[in-house]
Amino acid sequence: MSIIYFLIGCSVLLALVFLAAFFWAQRSGQNDDLYTPSVRILLEEDDNELQK
Amino acid sequence: MKQGAIIEKTCCYHCGDECTTTDYVIDDKQFCCHGCKSVYQVLSANQLCSYYKYNDHPGATRNRTDKRFDYLSEPGIISELLDYSDDHVSIVTFYIPHIHCSSCLWLLEQLNKINPAVHYCRVDFLKKQLSIRFDHRKLSLQQLVELLFDIGYEPLISLHDIIKDQNNANKDNLVQKIAVAGFCFGNVMLLSFPEYFGLSVYEQNFKHFFGWLNVLFSLPVVFYSGRGYFQSAWQNLRNKVLNIDFPLALGIAVLFLRTLFEVASHTGAGFADTLCGLVFFLLVGKFVQKKTYHHLSFERDYRSFFPVAVSTITPNGEKPVKLSELSVGHRIIIRNNEIVPADAILLKGNALVDFSFVTGETLPVGKVLGEIIYAGGRQTGEALEMEVVKPVSQSYLTQLWNNEAFSRQQDDRMRTFNQKVSKYFTIVLLIIAFGSLSYWLPSDIRRGFAAFTAVLIVACPCALALSTPFTMSAALSIFDKNLFYLKNTAVVEQMAGINTLVFDKTGTITASDDTEIKQELALTDRQRQLVYSACINSAHPLSMMVCRELKGTKRLETSTYLEIPGKGILATIDGDELRIGNSKLVFGQPGEAGDVTKVHLMINERYLGYFALEHRYRPGLDVLPGLGKDYDTYLLSGDKDYERNRLKSFFSVEDKMLFNSSPQDKLDFIDKLQTGGGCVMMFGDGLNDSGALKQSNLGVAVTDNVNNFTPGSDAILDGRSFDKLPSFLRFSKDTVNIIHISFLISLTYNLIGLSYAVTGNLSPLIAAILMPLSTATIISFTSIATHFMAKKRRLI
Repeated sequence: MSIIYFLIGCSVLLALVFLAAFFWAQRSGQNDDLYTPSVRILLEEDDNELQK
Repeated sequence: MKQGAIIEKTCCYHCGDECTTTDYVIDDKQFCCHGCKSVYQVLSANQLCSYYKYNDHPGATRNRTDKRFDYLSEPGIISELLDYSDDHVSIVTFYIPHIHCSSCLWLLEQLNKINPAVHYCRVDFLKKQLSIRFDHRKLSLQQLVELLFDIGYEPLISLHDIIKDQNNANKDNLVQKIAVAGFCFGNVMLLSFPEYFGLSVYEQNFKHFFGWLNVLFSLPVVFYSGRGYFQSAWQNLRNKVLNIDFPLALGIAVLFLRTLFEVASHTGAGFADTLCGLVFFLLVGKFVQKKTYHHLSFERDYRSFFPVAVSTITPNGEKPVKLSELSVGHRIIIRNNEIVPADAILLKGNALVDFSFVTGETLPVGKVLGEIIYAGGRQTGEALEMEVVKPVSQSYLTQLWNNEAFSRQQDDRMRTFNQKVSKYFTIVLLIIAFGSLSYWLPSDIRRGFAAFTAVLIVACPCALALSTPFTMSAALSIFDKNLFYLKNTAVVEQMAGINTLVFDKTGTITASDDTEIKQELALTDRQRQLVYSACINSAHPLSMMVCRELKGTKRLETSTYLEIPGKGILATIDGDELRIGNSKLVFGQPGEAGDVTKVHLMINERYLGYFALEHRYRPGLDVLPGLGKDYDTYLLSGDKDYERNRLKSFFSVEDKMLFNSSPQDKLDFIDKLQTGGGCVMMFGDGLNDSGALKQSNLGVAVTDNVNNFTPGSDAILDGRSFDKLPSFLRFSKDTVNIIHISFLISLTYNLIGLSYAVTGNLSPLIAAILMPLSTATIISFTSIATHFMAKKRRLI
């Protein structure tokens, strides 16, 4: 059953990586504006065909 | 000008307003004014016409076409506006009120197609902000703002930028704290399960391993996530206040120390899971309570309404001066639509000043040379030259902000239920804890301490601390759905305690732009055309209203036209002579003060009658007599008492209507009501109500467009929801009742827990079940009950 020590160590380490990823996302402002990208994605990148 | 063309009903291609002329046509597209047409021209020249593809009529109407951004060349002002600047790039963030659709977003992020000096632009849709990185060597800030103005997106520039301050203040890492607490809570739960299910003898090593891991996970929860509770409790203790944070901090500390002790002494598993869960739920409650409206500001004062700078006349020509540097003796120039920033004497020009923000009067007032014009008035017409006689902060209107009502601490206006209760709760809790300690201590020291700590753990008012935030945030979102925006959750409780309602008149119970023209005259088609053709030439608000009333009429050629400021129009059209204006112009003598404003009409020396201007009351105003039964209702107007008779039916007693009140009078009146035991809710809309809004227990700014300027207040009410006012008030009382009931529920759970705790036999399992169970009960009860009451009050 000593494998438990290893497994728990792995799981905690993995969880810590995710926690760190969340901190990074939060710090770099990825969660600051959660609405605008949903509008932006619907706009055409290249608008030549849309021209009148 | 096309003569005699029949105007069909068409909408402006740019802004969607109705076109009243056919003067502005380009590419087969109709525009209502030159401003809208010029925006279209800029966009089509840059091949940005997809702007009109995403939405119909995405633009804002643009009557004003003159640019006034000279002050943006002052280095002092530039440096205050820029977020960042180095040798070749600058970053600036603008607040643009008009951002409202995907077209706006698309166009504003294409700025570099118009000017390559713009490197990068990003829109934050909800905050209505545009952040731009640009090369300031190729494009100055002034040019940038002019570019935005040209495409129809004029930024609102203010040095006293509340929105920016608000966003900066929000960074207290609450989300990170929740993340850490949640992370630890999950892991600790996992590691605690083996203990609860029972470990066999040969697995005892794991028990210690899990125990120490739990302690390790508790460390960040206590010292990072939970730190705020210790700080707050300590601060309150020093101010000799017992608030809810004290028993919470005590609970967290006891939980942690007992867990540490039990794990270290191998006497038990500790309460690490309860500890992490407690902190996690508490922080979630805090997060829920913190609802922010990014696009609304509740803290605005006159500085956000006044311009950033004003043009002054110096020996070397015109020079923009920052408002804070404006002093007595400065000569200033005020152009059309600009606001007079300080009390000043009129030296040159025809002043026709709109004082609607100061006095509530909707019609502009004429002023003669040498007269003092009070700050806050907006000039309509030609440019004025004036000499400042009082500094900005000491002016008639702005000195209101020197009143102590504005410097007073906000929070202690009304104590919330939570604050009142938590004091007694803490005292009772400590008595029980020490009681059980002293009961067991003589016989069994271990048991005594076990009971003492168990009481503090079990009675930790987690559910109590959560009941208010969850109820209030549910209530807030219901108000929000009904276009009533509250500053924070405490406002709901304040609203429930209100017994007096005070209403401002203009803009609050009358719709601000919505005036009704009553025609007290019978006109033939020919006469309608004559009046219309004369009035269309004038920019005076009354002429514009008459035109709107007669719109769709044929326009005739005007041969002579003369507008006399403060009087009216003299015109000759098609051989007919017209006199349109006040009684001084038409009859040659001032008329008596009637109860409405009248525009008289005389054609060829024959008096035909008048157009009467009437304020239209908000549709929901008939709820007022009903409210009068439960509340004291007052009317407080800066206007003259023209409409006393019409308003009589809404405010039962004559002496409950006050007219001719100055901004200071309004503040004093509220103060007087409060000393008489009134808990006052004030409804106002302009700067003139600011003092009263601030002094009142609950200030509500009523507005027709929430993005417009609103004075500092506790809540912003959209005019369309005015009729729901009685429901709002009743619903606020319901939510307070819900809080009381959930308090009882959480007390029941505490009593159950205490019955175990005082004996000293509290097992970690019971604590671990009881805490989340009570939390879940409270959260579901409050959300369901709030929803139910909202339905009952017809708010959802």
